[in-house]
Amino acid sequence: MSLKHRTPVDWLPRIVVAPSFIISLLFIYGLMAWNGYLSMSASRILPNYEFVGLQQYAALLESDRFRVAMTNMGIFGVLFIGGAMVIGVLLAILLDQKVRAEGVLRTVYLYPMAVSMIVTGTAWKWMLNPGLGLEHLMRQWGFESFTFDWLVRGETAIYCIVIAGVWQSAGFVMALFLAGLRGIDESIIKAAQVDGASLPRIYWSIILPSLRPVFFSTLMVVAHLAIKSFDLVMALTAGGPGYATDLPATFMYATAFTRGQIGVGAASATVMLATVAAIVVPYLYSELRTKR
Amino acid sequence: MGALSIQGIHKTFNQTTHILKGIDLEIDAGEFLILVGPSGCGKSTLLNMIAGLDHPTSGNILIGDRDVTHLPSKDRDIAMVFQSYALYPNMSVAQNIAFGLEIRKVPKAEREAAVQRVAAMLQIGHLLERKPGQLSGGQRQRVAMGRALARDPKLFLFDEPLSNLDAKLRVEMRAEIKQLHQRTKTTTVYVTHDQVEAMTLGDRIAVMKDGLVQQFGTPAEIYTRPANRFVAEFIGSPAMNMVDVQCNAQGVCAHGIDLHLADTQRAAAAKHSANDLVYGLRPEAISFSDQGMPGQLSMIEPTGPETYATVDTAVGKLTARVPGVLHARVGETVHLQWSADQAHLFDRTSGVRVG
Amino acid sequence: MNRLNLHRLLLWGILLLFALWFLAPLYVMVVTSLKDADQVRSGNLLSLPTAPTLSSWSKAWSTACTGVECNGLQPFFWNSVLMVVPAVLVSTLLGSINGYVLSKWKFRGSETLFAFMLFGVFMPMQVVLLPMSQVLGWLGIASSVWGLMAVHIVAGIPSTTLFFRNYYVGLPDELIKAAQLDGASFWQIFWRIVMPLSTPILVVTLIWQFTNIWNDFLYGVVFSGADSKPITVGLNNLANTSSSVKEYNVDMAAALIAALPTLFVYVVAGKYFVRGLTAGAVKG
Repeated sequence: MSLKHRTPVDWLPRIVVAPSFIISLLFIYGLMAWNGYLSMSASRILPNYEFVGLQQYAALLESDRFRVAMTNMGIFGVLFIGGAMVIGVLLAILLDQKVRAEGVLRTVYLYPMAVSMIVTGTAWKWMLNPGLGLEHLMRQWGFESFTFDWLVRGETAIYCIVIAGVWQSAGFVMALFLAGLRGIDESIIKAAQVDGASLPRIYWSIILPSLRPVFFSTLMVVAHLAIKSFDLVMALTAGGPGYATDLPATFMYATAFTRGQIGVGAASATVMLATVAAIVVPYLYSELRTKR
Repeated sequence: MGALSIQGIHKTFNQTTHILKGIDLEIDAGEFLILVGPSGCGKSTLLNMIAGLDHPTSGNILIGDRDVTHLPSKDRDIAMVFQSYALYPNMSVAQNIAFGLEIRKVPKAEREAAVQRVAAMLQIGHLLERKPGQLSGGQRQRVAMGRALARDPKLFLFDEPLSNLDAKLRVEMRAEIKQLHQRTKTTTVYVTHDQVEAMTLGDRIAVMKDGLVQQFGTPAEIYTRPANRFVAEFIGSPAMNMVDVQCNAQGVCAHGIDLHLADTQRAAAAKHSANDLVYGLRPEAISFSDQGMPGQLSMIEPTGPETYATVDTAVGKLTARVPGVLHARVGETVHLQWSADQAHLFDRTSGVRVG
Repeated sequence: MNRLNLHRLLLWGILLLFALWFLAPLYVMVVTSLKDADQVRSGNLLSLPTAPTLSSWSKAWSTACTGVECNGLQPFFWNSVLMVVPAVLVSTLLGSINGYVLSKWKFRGSETLFAFMLFGVFMPMQVVLLPMSQVLGWLGIASSVWGLMAVHIVAGIPSTTLFFRNYYVGLPDELIKAAQLDGASFWQIFWRIVMPLSTPILVVTLIWQFTNIWNDFLYGVVFSGADSKPITVGLNNLANTSSSVKEYNVDMAAALIAALPTLFVYVVAGKYFVRGLTAGAVKG
């Protein structure tokens, strides 16, 4: 298309979106690259742009705390994602059975998403408190020897974070799946019923398989939530006891901002980015491909 | 100088898809031009260019004596009715009709006068305060036309406006559009894929295929002297019967049977270089009689006023169109007759008309 | 018939059990916040207050200690309000304009640019924290409400653009063409035709942005200064101060204060909230 035939109107849309596009892209990719450079610099308390190659990454790998954080990421990730998905799908299927109080129940299951993770963390911290929380409650009810000190013990604190996290996010999975279930063509289900299939069979063989796209996109979002979990950990355990419940997100914050090791912090951020990208980019790519 | 002049329009997308391959058309003021053709022929693309919603890769468009090729839509003094009507859902009917005038800063009194004038013409006065969502298909169609009429433009464009209506409504609205045109005498370009609409509404028809105009003429010309095989088969329903024939000394023949030719046709066929031709016959030209080509009746389709009959003959399946009811049964042997000057001859490879 | 009843009973049983589990923390928070210190000690998680009092609420609001200062959550609450309202409005407006252009005025490369921008929705924020602090420092707005606001606006543009673009794609193109023929300009079409038709997605986006920005903690704790910390940071400080005695009732009251705005929005306009969730996540 020859340039002289372009009218002013053709340029206006570009000019209008240019500022926010440029800023967003700089924000995302520019800063990402900068962070990458910081991770390969000799920065400690203040940025120092001397290039040191992969020294910070080596420090990262040697850090016991980081290894704990990554292991926790794995445990937490699997349990959180698994728990949220299973409970969410279960609730969605149950609610799909033409339950009368569906609206109310949906509101109840989903309200945790409306609340900050700090609030969630604060509440659960109180509830799982050994002295005054669940343990105390059980003892008052007569179970004298009941102990629930998971929150304060290094090996089990991470499970408390899982419980609080699943509590917050299961409703979200349920909402997405319910929307997906509602989008299924009724006539397919009726055809299966006429063919004599039982309800569980229909769910297992027909409905759930056709929800694969919803399943994957939900999985994407929940996984992404898991990797970003910072607020919840800070409120519930602040990474403790010690650094037993550290996750890469809290590790990054601590090293970069409280312990004055910017280079290592940047390196850990890059590792987080790589993990997210490894999951999200193929997914986004295949989604946009099929849209064409 | 005509009211609309399209000169050498080409359009290519992405350097590979050649949608319009050179369109030249000219119509006079007050004429109703139809652009008709199968999907993908380029008629909607051409309409968009006349409207200014798209730009040609090369060529010119003139409205009156103004070259509007590079003018934006709003400066071309045209109005358009879209297939989906495109009424603004958040505005009332009156606001929809007046919107174009409002943008052009026409004073309020004049705007209201225009709305009333248009509403009277289209009998939608009682709908002025409603929103498009509350109207039926036919009503929306009228409002869309009203919006176009209110601007009193030099050129009306219609993009398949009747496609979304059911059959009965389509016939009614077709008549209304024709009446409106007779009253306002505005130059109109109308795109459709329906050949009945093309024949009934148009002063002149441009039959398009694969980005080229196959024939440009009055409905009568297009129907009685189609320029090529495509036009012959596209216009007219049931489609023209086509028989592959060979030229010989006396005229033409197919499968060993001599087919009648008029003198003019014989001369034209003799002058023509190729010997492989196609013999075309419109169904209404064929009648049943006691003598003529024998064949077996294979299908009868009564439509009420007429009957379409398919007959298996030695030269192939022929469809005849006879008035009234046919008193014969499937499987019977019948004889078909037609007059030679009703036949059309086309070149078999190029499809071009021979005689 | 008996079997059907048993199934229904089981169904309801499970649903109700889960409902109780989801509601429990809310119940505990409310109940605890209405107790005083003695009642907290003598009672248990689920016990109702023997003498309900709002003292912990007023303490949480105005006198609780959040680190060095003891002014309660009040200053943090207003910090959040001051920061959230402009951030939500600006990011939503920019998103709508971007979505309008991306769906109705596509140009070469616009789809690719959009795809790149989409990644911003998924990117872990950790990766921009350090460089962003530098940038804000250079611009002179680090540790201020402006800096925090700017970060939220820029971080919100990918999501808001996604919402509006997906919605506007559903508006018929012929509507825009008709308006062009009527003589309307780019902006006239936006304000007179597209915006009035945007109410559903506007509500969804406003609610989604409000919830996310109000509830955010990470940007709040990194980019705010002493005078501009949002309520999430205030709450976390309050609940984690290592001062003498832990006052759980005050903690719970504080948590409720922090949660009330978004909870209120959720209860009143919940279905739009859900639409935001499903629209953003399910569409790629």
